[in-house]
Amino acid sequence: MTRDGQGGWQTARRDLDIVAVIAVGGGIGSIARYGLARGITTPAGGFPWATLITNVTGCAVLGGLMYLVLEVWPPSRYRRPFLGVGICGGFTTFSTAMVESRGLLDGGHLGTAGLYLLASVVLGILAVFGGVALARALPRGRRRGAVVAEPEPVPSAEGQR
Amino acid sequence: MPPVDGPVPETAAEGVDPDLDPLALRHSSFSGQLPVVAVVAVGGAVGACARYGLGLAWPVAPDAFPWSTLVINTSGCAVIGVFMVLITEAWTAHRLVRPFFGTGVLGGFTTFSTYAVDVQRLVDGGHTATGLGYLVGTPVSAMLSVWAAAAATRWAIGRRTR
Repeated sequence: MTRDGQGGWQTARRDLDIVAVIAVGGGIGSIARYGLARGITTPAGGFPWATLITNVTGCAVLGGLMYLVLEVWPPSRYRRPFLGVGICGGFTTFSTAMVESRGLLDGGHLGTAGLYLLASVVLGILAVFGGVALARALPRGRRRGAVVAEPEPVPSAEGQR
Repeated sequence: MPPVDGPVPETAAEGVDPDLDPLALRHSSFSGQLPVVAVVAVGGAVGACARYGLGLAWPVAPDAFPWSTLVINTSGCAVIGVFMVLITEAWTAHRLVRPFFGTGVLGGFTTFSTYAVDVQRLVDGGHTATGLGYLVGTPVSAMLSVWAAAAATRWAIGRRTR
């Protein structure tokens, strides 16, 4: 996007529609995260389930989405900025997870802090792989279609690279 | 700083006042949530756009170490380290400050999903060492930056109030 040598600011001004789409998506994602945090409250020293669930589901969704955007769906100007950068990016958070870990460490809950950090990273990565696998299985195969569609999509999928 | 809430007992949304009758409490917590949701949305929009802008200014090749996302997450964690100490130990912040800046701006600016997807992409693309370095490097640098920023802020507050 910055290959014209104009720098990020110039590009951002030309792509104001994309910035707007990202803003809307970021707002929606942040409200969803806030709602989840209000729904599943964490007592002091407790395991921060709300943020873990937020981040792990966000990872699964973005994993699946990136597969669909890059390999399956036709090119679109707004889909990736809105769904990926905006909604998934605004929904998931690194800063809250780290503040919660520090709070647990500060309160002497070393085990909970370690478990939380480890679970966030490990489950987040596994969720991405899971999301990709799910997206791979979804569009062509509704079971019945998978068998029928098997011979033909192979050359087109290879041809896209 | 403006007076925290004025004469209207808006704080009923957070700290439950046993003197309020339940109906009034329910009403005030519902109408009290709307501005909070609004500032979270605006903050999240600002944060997400800032992350997009930084990504544009600093593009990273698909098989390279995702420096821009690492810097976004680490700097976001440093800022929230400062912010949390300020609003819990130094200021009496307005009740919308934390939802706007902490939940909205910084929550929308930092991202966990892009981090995890970048790790998966690097490992899938055969760049296992880069992927693993990024996998471990991000939480380590983010934790260190939260801790260092909080400690520095606490130190600075202590010097000013002494």
